Amino acid sequence: MLDLTPKEIVNREALRVNPCKTCQPVGAMYAALGVRKCMPHSHGSQGCCSYHRTVISRHFKEPAIASSSSFTEGASVFGGRSNLTTAARNIFDIYDPDIIAVHTTCLSETIGDDMGSYISDLKIPEGKHVVHCNTPSYAGSHITGYFNMMKGFMNYLTEKTGIPNGKTAIFPGWANPGDIRHLKKLCEAMKVRTVMFPDQSGIMDAPMTGKYELYPPGGTTISEIRSLGDCRRVIALGEFTSLEPAEHLEKKWKVPFDILPAPIGVDFTDRFIMALRRISKIEVPYDIEERRGQLVDLMLDSSQYTFKKKVAVFGDPDTVLGLTSLCLELGMLPKYVITGTPKEDFAKRARDLFEKYGAQDCLAKANADLFELHQRIKNDRVDLLIGTSYGKQIAKAEDIPFIRAGFPVLDRYGGPLLPIVGYTGGIRLAEKITEALMDRQDRDCKDEDLEAVM
Amino acid sequence: MAASILEERKSSIILSGAKKGVSCEKESVSGSVSQRACVFCGARVVLNPITDACHIVHGPIGCASYTWDIRGSLTSGGEAYRNSYSTDLRETDIVFGGEKKLKAAIDELMESEQKPPKLIFVYATCIVGVIGDDVEAVCRESQKKWGIRVIPVKAPGFSGTKSQGYKLACDAIMDYISPFARQPASFGINILGDYNLAGEMWIVKGYFEKIGIPVISTITGDASSESLIKAPSASLNVVQCAGSASYLAQRMEAEMGVPWLKASFYGAQDISSSIVRVADALKDAAICEKARAFTAYESERARSVIDKYKPRFEGKKAAIFVGGGFKAISLIRQFKEFGMKIVLVGTQTGKRDEYDVIESIADDGAVVLDDANPAELEQFMAEKGADILVGGVKERPLAYKLGVAFLDHNHERKHPLAGYIGIENFASEVNLSMNSPVWHHLGMHC
Repeated sequence: MLDLTPKEIVNREALRVNPCKTCQPVGAMYAALGVRKCMPHSHGSQGCCSYHRTVISRHFKEPAIASSSSFTEGASVFGGRSNLTTAARNIFDIYDPDIIAVHTTCLSETIGDDMGSYISDLKIPEGKHVVHCNTPSYAGSHITGYFNMMKGFMNYLTEKTGIPNGKTAIFPGWANPGDIRHLKKLCEAMKVRTVMFPDQSGIMDAPMTGKYELYPPGGTTISEIRSLGDCRRVIALGEFTSLEPAEHLEKKWKVPFDILPAPIGVDFTDRFIMALRRISKIEVPYDIEERRGQLVDLMLDSSQYTFKKKVAVFGDPDTVLGLTSLCLELGMLPKYVITGTPKEDFAKRARDLFEKYGAQDCLAKANADLFELHQRIKNDRVDLLIGTSYGKQIAKAEDIPFIRAGFPVLDRYGGPLLPIVGYTGGIRLAEKITEALMDRQDRDCKDEDLEAVM
Repeated sequence: MAASILEERKSSIILSGAKKGVSCEKESVSGSVSQRACVFCGARVVLNPITDACHIVHGPIGCASYTWDIRGSLTSGGEAYRNSYSTDLRETDIVFGGEKKLKAAIDELMESEQKPPKLIFVYATCIVGVIGDDVEAVCRESQKKWGIRVIPVKAPGFSGTKSQGYKLACDAIMDYISPFARQPASFGINILGDYNLAGEMWIVKGYFEKIGIPVISTITGDASSESLIKAPSASLNVVQCAGSASYLAQRMEAEMGVPWLKASFYGAQDISSSIVRVADALKDAAICEKARAFTAYESERARSVIDKYKPRFEGKKAAIFVGGGFKAISLIRQFKEFGMKIVLVGTQTGKRDEYDVIESIADDGAVVLDDANPAELEQFMAEKGADILVGGVKERPLAYKLGVAFLDHNHERKHPLAGYIGIENFASEVNLSMNSPVWHHLGMHC
């Protein structure tokens, strides 16, 4: 399949083919699924809500709960005020969440629904909350929607009591529950008391118990979100996902922040651990140092198989930069580093990494799509492809080993349970990468060259 | 009925045997965690399997990305349908309009493809009408410029339910084939409303060819721009998924004189009776005879599959929640063939007449509900002690979490469930899920 992808690259200004991003609202929905007893609410047509739930469900293999304003012709003409009013009443009556997190869609944005005023006119039951954010699908990407929802929660809920809580807020960026669990473990080991926001662990990786919980016992609590203003500091992971929410909190409550790359690979994890260390001022525990040492050991042991191997990495900006950094640490050449999210700084950050490791002849591009990536690979191929499930067509057409990472991974199981962050995540990725490359070598070598020992 | 059911929803839920009639074919209640999709989705899924067409989604990126390479409709030829094309509308386009961008996108598509398509569908999503784009004019112009068909599908998500989208897709197909309405008649059938999931269209097509009935056009499973235009010459339209394709059959009958009948290729009973009815409708004695011999032979073989699994399935309780009513009916019959009980039947977009049949054939006391949400599914499945749920992607994890087995009868099925071979796959999947060894680990055994 995809043999029709032509080698010759024609400059496209208007046509997007095989996107490497999706729209804001799904990001808002995923962020809201990281809050305890929260019902994400899509203020738009019913299809939006259904599509977002579907893609989230397909990635996590979990029920993804969200409600919709179910716009009709009438709403598109007269506005969605009555839809929201009815929806809020029904949601509190039937699903009984503690909080409804409303996000908009391209439709409700274009017809100009004034969400702030609609919400302030709602009759909200005592002790319950309704928050919102604007997520016009025609701006940014799902990453934008993710941080807009974070800002929405903070906008409505955060306060500063004047009594510091001594906690550090961690903004994990767009991460799998397995990553978030691992980040929490690292913070605990570093004796840093944290508020993780958002926190999809416990919700999007809920265990099988035989009992269905509409709101599994995970997620950032409302009081934790409220307390963000009293936090001593924010560690914001991933510039493109977490900088804006961090700036929001700094502006609103003067909470200082560190902006760090997503802690993928040795260097980026080091920076995270050091930031934690600056807070707790403790020695890095041996467990963590040992893990780091194991990762470096593994990288050295296997380096002859990764050295100078060409790799293409695509997906969301912060994840891609982290993966690129790890690939460079492994001595690989990140030939194409691509995101669909339209943030030009992304290419700059990637080029800084190329420069740091002396990687020549590598291309970084934001606002790109996978059709273009495929064309580039056709012109100058790579040894490995790392990205979301949508890379599998390229991998098959060009017969390139392929590792799945990022969002969405729709065609494999178990990924969201395990980390790619931290040294532990680094070990997992290094194993995946070497295994993919070495399996290929075994597959392609002559019978007489096949060896049990490598 | 429990307290946690919304007042507005109560008329959409009844118990079979109550002779009251479930309320259906209406908009979802705001605030529901509905399992339903939208108008665009309906149009997109029906047209998507036209394999050599390019499907351009005119709107912000989401609608294109969520419908990229969906529903495993297999192809024997074209591949263009597997790419995701979109105008990826941005803020400036919302302000200044997206017509120019759409026109440029079509031009770029025609310039950049190795094999430029002969047919392009342009889907206008929610905001395109709101920002005032004249999509029809752009399509007309591009059509003229490139000498191909460029067909607009104006499918704003809010303008109705998924069924409305099916109708728009049927209109788009009519738009495409109408210029070929007058052509010499040829003996044979069109199969409508099968989307070739896991190659199901090929199986059904094979049966008809075996008994001497040529299949002229398949709509839209494994269809191509070439094969579609032959459709008006057929002697009969055989409609598998009634929800999505009955309207097309009605229009083809009215405008092209092609008669039609409903058929189902799920479950031994429905497959056999459908094949025989198609043969009878064509009024060819030799074919009728062959059809009867073929279905008798295959039914016999199917019998052995049913006998093999029946002891394991007998008395187990099935819950069904699928898109359309016609499929639900087939599933009820199919479970009954295995001696299973039906405790819940729901659809996203079932029609009045379909619900009447459902109510008449489901076991007494079964819950019948339209446009159910997870809370209702959960409540009634627990209440009725369902052993297995049949549904789609959003229902799977819900079923598992409830400790209930699951059968995907939707886009994500990987084995054909249609045809006689489908009976074996159906039984083996039901068996695999209900009797998975993993269920033993649910509670901790010390």
